[in-house]
Amino acid sequence: MLSFAKKYLMAGIYIHIPFCKTACNYCNFHFSTSMNMKNDFVQALLKEIELRNIYLGLETIESIYFGGGTPSLLEAEDLKQIFEALYKQYKIASDAEITLEANPDDIDKEKLLVWKQSGINRLSIGTQSFIERDLQFMKRVHTAEEAKKSILLAAESGFDNITIDLIYGVPNQSEMDWLSNLSMAMDLPIQHLSCYALTVEEDTILFHDIRKGKTAAPIDENASTHFDILMAFAAENGIEHYEISNFCKPGFESKHNTSYWQNKAYIGLGPSAHSFNKISRQWNIANNKKYIDALNENKLLFEEETLTKTERLNEYIMTGLRTKWGIDLSYIDEVFDKKKELMNKIGNEDQSLFEWEIKRSKKGTAFIYKLSNKGMHFADRIASNLFFD
Amino acid sequence: MKNIRNFCIIAHIDHGKSTLADRLLSTTGTVSQREEQDQILDDMDIERERGITIKSHAIQMQYKHTDNVDYILNLIDTPGHVDFSYEVSRSIAACEGVLLIVDASQGIQAQTISNLYLALENDLEIIPVLNKIDMPGAMIEEVADQIIDLIGCEREEILEASGKTGQGVEKILEAVVERIPAPKGDKDAPLQAMIFDSVFNSYRGVIAYFRIFNGTLKKKDKVKFFNTGQNYFADEIGVLELNPLEKKELSVGDVGYIITGVKESKEIKVGDTITLQENPCEEAIKGFEDVKPMVFAGIYPIDSDDYEDLRDSIEKLQLNDASLVFEPETSIALGFGFRCGFLGMLHLEIIQERLEREYDLGIIITTPQVTYDCFTTKGEKVVIHNPSDLPDPSTIDRIEEPYIKAQVITKPEFIGSIMNLCMEKRGVLTNQVYLSTSRVEITFEMPMAEIVFDFYDKLKSISKGYASFDYYMTDFKAGNLVRMDIKLNGDNVDAFSTMIHRDKAYNFGSKLCKKLRELIPKQQFVIAIQAAIGMKIIARETISAMRKDVTAKCYGGDISRKRKLLEKQKKGKKKMRQFGKVEVPQKAFLAVLKLDD
Ligand SMILES: Nc1nc2c(ncn2[C@@H]2O[C@H](COP(=O)(O)OP(=O)(O)OP(=O)(O)O)[C@@H](O)[C@H]2O)c(=O)[nH]1
Ligand code: SF4
Ligand SMILES: [Mg+2]
Repeated sequence: MLSFAKKYLMAGIYIHIPFCKTACNYCNFHFSTSMNMKNDFVQALLKEIELRNIYLGLETIESIYFGGGTPSLLEAEDLKQIFEALYKQYKIASDAEITLEANPDDIDKEKLLVWKQSGINRLSIGTQSFIERDLQFMKRVHTAEEAKKSILLAAESGFDNITIDLIYGVPNQSEMDWLSNLSMAMDLPIQHLSCYALTVEEDTILFHDIRKGKTAAPIDENASTHFDILMAFAAENGIEHYEISNFCKPGFESKHNTSYWQNKAYIGLGPSAHSFNKISRQWNIANNKKYIDALNENKLLFEEETLTKTERLNEYIMTGLRTKWGIDLSYIDEVFDKKKELMNKIGNEDQSLFEWEIKRSKKGTAFIYKLSNKGMHFADRIASNLFFD
Repeated sequence: MKNIRNFCIIAHIDHGKSTLADRLLSTTGTVSQREEQDQILDDMDIERERGITIKSHAIQMQYKHTDNVDYILNLIDTPGHVDFSYEVSRSIAACEGVLLIVDASQGIQAQTISNLYLALENDLEIIPVLNKIDMPGAMIEEVADQIIDLIGCEREEILEASGKTGQGVEKILEAVVERIPAPKGDKDAPLQAMIFDSVFNSYRGVIAYFRIFNGTLKKKDKVKFFNTGQNYFADEIGVLELNPLEKKELSVGDVGYIITGVKESKEIKVGDTITLQENPCEEAIKGFEDVKPMVFAGIYPIDSDDYEDLRDSIEKLQLNDASLVFEPETSIALGFGFRCGFLGMLHLEIIQERLEREYDLGIIITTPQVTYDCFTTKGEKVVIHNPSDLPDPSTIDRIEEPYIKAQVITKPEFIGSIMNLCMEKRGVLTNQVYLSTSRVEITFEMPMAEIVFDFYDKLKSISKGYASFDYYMTDFKAGNLVRMDIKLNGDNVDAFSTMIHRDKAYNFGSKLCKKLRELIPKQQFVIAIQAAIGMKIIARETISAMRKDVTAKCYGGDISRKRKLLEKQKKGKKKMRQFGKVEVPQKAFLAVLKLDD
């Protein structure tokens, strides 16, 4: 496995911080709302950083991403220890993208300074909406005002690569509401924007509230209209739509997230985190206590699946279609020998769902299929239609 | 021969036949402690999952009686559900006696009575057994009185037992030996053995179960099947212990199996008589009337390439289940398939499940219906097994439908709601008798079509489970019947057509359209669902176009989860059938059955 992974020079590290102040109603990530185990968790994480370094071999780490949960809950000392361990165990590129997810209510001058000093160069601020009613619906702990202020403060503190999340298709969110959210985002000093349709995942507060009739369910039609508004808005404002839910000013694509869609290797640290070395995928147990106990015994608790060639092909199709880089027929031909079959499958679909592009380079001519704006609405169905058995 | 006893266990559904059989098997040491499991004779997956017996199951036991003599007891456990009563009649034909089981907490129920009549018609010795006496709700004396009333026996003749605790099981075995007559017959007469069941084994071919009434059968004998006229070698014969046990010779009174190398399901007919080619018997034993299917439906492969596989599989199933009849048919909507006849809705469900599970076939079942006799103005009679066989309405004089006589046994407090249900189902009350102060038997006549759909479930729910139901077909009567069609985006989907009483068509049509709207997933375009009688649209629903099908987030961990989900969706798609552009999932075809869910 080691030798295989070595061939791929670029790799990323994802670190899952499994704590939140309270639960947002739509969220199905793994987190605990009790901070009791935080210190034990950090110690366990340090251990995992050490144990996991064999998974990728001696790759250069090009990106580090602190996600959660709420990484902004980490204290200065925690971060210090984590970075020390990371730099000790991995070869980290000098220009690595290092992102930290932060909730507006955690952001203050002091913390920003700590982050800056620890080498974090990109902030992902969990904004979700600038409309109070939406925030209350989603049971976010911060206000719209706090969100705005935290973004401005981050920029003032020298962060020049800031991304925020926005959620659309929220019940009672009108088209005007959504457009105003987008304009507000444009007026703020951000370089990147992730926009997600509100999705009802099982085992979330939202799911249960809807089932009990306590809350209205999001309506597909609205989400779909909001998505169209979003795409039109991005085009008008010179913002690049580089993945279904991700937008940026030119050159500000997230290196880390892009590695997920471009089939690159990554390790995931912390409970519930996933690692991928292009052959197998591993996922840590999604339980803080068990995670900590196992690492206390120097053990990694994870499940693993080895991908078959077909599964790798299907993942390539699924993730590729979501991005502006699309799926490359010559790559499919070279690696999977399925070019003809795939072209036939695409031929059976409604052509207005696709766009294609021919790229010439020294390596030859590449033929690339991407989704049209219309196709983006149906990315899942299209991918599953193109899947191989 | 005088040391053989052949008997079967009959009862209303769930009264504990198979559990009691377990105790008989363990007490006689037929099943070792290691092998023991609940309802061991229910060996099909479906039987175990549903906790019911579907097929009769014969098994041989060795038993040392109180007289210190060894007896061979051939036991046949039978199903209790009304759909499978033919299994009971065949088992009865191989026996001299029955254990009539009555659940002491339930008392006499509808199939207790109908199965008892079957046994009486065949002059079998009846041993009444009050079962489940361990239950706190057991009403021993009350139910004993019911049994005395029903069969006119003495109180002392009724045995008391519990299949659960094993109490009373010894007494049952003693009674079997003492009360059930030994088989009669002449060992030296020409062979006469009646086939009462058969199963298909993929290695051995067709295995026929028989009971010898006269003569002797040896391994390697040249045998002749009387009715089909076919000749075979008895490759292997034996008796049915928990596993088949090979024997060199079987003789009069024995119950056993024969393997002749027959591979074709159709070649062997249950009810046929086996005799020897040399010195054949003069006449066949009276077999069975062919079981008449009550309900018909089309079975189609989802993938039309599977048509031949489907034919093979249905043929194999038919071997295990002679009550399943089928013939090829075509549907404009579904292509090539088979029109199959079933004994009832449970039977249909089970066949569907077995085809999917044991033969791994994706199938679509069209709306089930009864047989109609259509008379044209020219006086011709057309038998309608499929709504699309109906002649042009202008040439129809009248349509007749089958009627049943139905018995419901229930508590007096439910009479009112049960009568309402019957009326709603076009039934007419013909009789009402109190069996005791707490039990009443209601008899009514109604069109059989009305019990096809949800009658049974409704009866159960309005009576809180305290109603048992039995029926038999009587005759055909004319009715105001029409064919209702379903159109998807304007095209008739013949698989959804149903025969229905005109007065009920509007209500039915609108319910069906609503149900289909729930079951057909949104697609890229608007779908109109309409119900029509002839040219007239009587109900309509619309499915709006799908606006989005995309996951918002797709990062590290989401990727494999999402891939698996999409792979599953792709598989699900294979279970859809396309009509024009509209994709219809398999489960939509049985929507008619679930209109009130
Ligand atoms: N308490 C008690 N429960 C019993 C007894 N015998 C059977 N049961 C339960 O009654 C249910 C039905 O038992 P079965 O033996 O499957 O009944 P059956 O008559 O073979 O049912 P069908 O073959 O489907 O007609 C099961 O849940 C048994 O566990 C008994 O003697 N006492
Ligand atoms: S959305 Fe973020 S802050 Fe809210 S519960 Fe989920 S992980 Fe925690
Ligand atoms: Mg049973």
